[in-house]
Amino acid sequence: MAAVAARELCDGEVVFVGIGIPNLACNLARRTHAPELVLIYESGAVGAVPDRLPVSIGDPALVTGSLMVCGMADVFQSILQSGRIEVGFLGGAQVDRYGNINTTVVGSYERPAVRLPGSGGAAEIAIHARRLLIVSKLSLRAFPERVDFVTSPGQRHDGVPRSRLGMPGAGPVKVITDRAILEADEATGEMVLAALYPGVDEADVRRDVGWSLRCRPRLGRVEPPTATELRLLREVLDPRRLYLKG
Amino acid sequence: MRDAVAGFVHDGDTVVIEGFTHLICFAAGHEIIRQGRRNLTLARLTPDLIYDQMIAAGCVRKLAFSWAGNPGVGSLHAFRRAVEGKGPAPLEIEEYSHFGMVARFSAGAARLPFWPLRNYMGTDLPRVNPRIRTITCPYTGERLATVPALNPDVAIVHAQRADAQGNTQMWGLLGVQKEAAFASQRVIVVVEELVDQSVIRSDPNRTVIPGMIVHGVVVEPWGAHPSYAQGYYDRDNDFYLAWEPISRDPDKLARYLDEFVYAVPDRAAYVRKQPGLTARLRAEERFSGGVNYGF
Repeated sequence: MAAVAARELCDGEVVFVGIGIPNLACNLARRTHAPELVLIYESGAVGAVPDRLPVSIGDPALVTGSLMVCGMADVFQSILQSGRIEVGFLGGAQVDRYGNINTTVVGSYERPAVRLPGSGGAAEIAIHARRLLIVSKLSLRAFPERVDFVTSPGQRHDGVPRSRLGMPGAGPVKVITDRAILEADEATGEMVLAALYPGVDEADVRRDVGWSLRCRPRLGRVEPPTATELRLLREVLDPRRLYLKG
Repeated sequence: MRDAVAGFVHDGDTVVIEGFTHLICFAAGHEIIRQGRRNLTLARLTPDLIYDQMIAAGCVRKLAFSWAGNPGVGSLHAFRRAVEGKGPAPLEIEEYSHFGMVARFSAGAARLPFWPLRNYMGTDLPRVNPRIRTITCPYTGERLATVPALNPDVAIVHAQRADAQGNTQMWGLLGVQKEAAFASQRVIVVVEELVDQSVIRSDPNRTVIPGMIVHGVVVEPWGAHPSYAQGYYDRDNDFYLAWEPISRDPDKLARYLDEFVYAVPDRAAYVRKQPGLTARLRAEERFSGGVNYGF
């Protein structure tokens, strides 16, 4: 999933890096096809070149050798809100039909069954990044028709498209899962099946998606990770398996 | 530290111990726990382990925040128990996103009543936090979100060095330390090193907090552990991982507080209690070039 996500980043792009798999994917991309990728962390590191995989997005390795370290008011006002971020990259506990993300609560806000960490910078990244990539493992629990709480907005909120709500960025264009890639339908904003991993069929994906999933007319095939990608991920980037499972 | 907390942190205060991953003053949090402060309103973008510990110790009535997790690890379980109604006491929360909290500090620092931002459209946050509102821009007619100023009673800021007057220099991730300090009524600065004023004057661009807004200076080496101080010591990621099982079990958490907070008189004793800690985490050297301030 990290390798597939990394391939979505183009060399030279300015990417706002979220915690978890997005962090891993961005650092993999930087060490493979996108050496000029500009990594910006909400902690204030701009053009970070971490020598070790940052455990948190405030790791000291993000500072050493970076292009700029600024305060967080600068990050959110002068960099993000001003439209300088090309790609936002978020994970999510729940992702719904329109790419709305929930990282706040499972159940009701007032009496949550599970209290999650909350937005952090995710809400504003989803609003302002020119395009947004979401990474999440496919399961019925993680992909409901409607999230319990909209932390970070997707393509539609209560039926209203995001452009009418005044959001500058294009919102979630792709959801990268561990078995398939979903893409936002240009007309409706709905997440539709766009590509399958090797050995996965449509029915497998549908079983774990909480809405009637539509398909692109021609489904793509996701290439498995290369030996180089696997070696970098397992031996260099995440040898302690902080993010990688198995 | 004992005197600073006794003098400047009172029951019922709104307290901010800021620092985004970096320079989080655990030493101050522990002293507040030891002195048994109650009914505090705590604010921070990321409550982190220190607020989890203060919540578990019963110091906290209310929390204003934007991301309550153990970074890269999982949950803050004392926080979760309190919010999920499984803890010993309820915890009132006031929730924003990071941008919202940053904007609240910016407004507070400028002594403005609120701060406008282009944000929150399409999210459920304003629905659960009525203090997130909207305004129509008087110039363009655009609808913008607003958040209220945050003016804490006291801010506790950890930094690498300061002089005796509290002129404070930090480098590495700056978080919202400057805004939090300027927004607060009282400012306590806690530093790794006290330096002569000539050191400060030799590099004034590195000063983030001027002594004129500082009420107390505490010298407390290793005072940010398990957070870190760039150029002094690394983040103790092993401790952040270890916090998961401790925090998950209320009994283990209570034992942790007994052993590492209540049973030690101060930070120096806390460090002595953990042999090998300083050798394991001490930073290697990566000095900057220095610049010519001449004219």
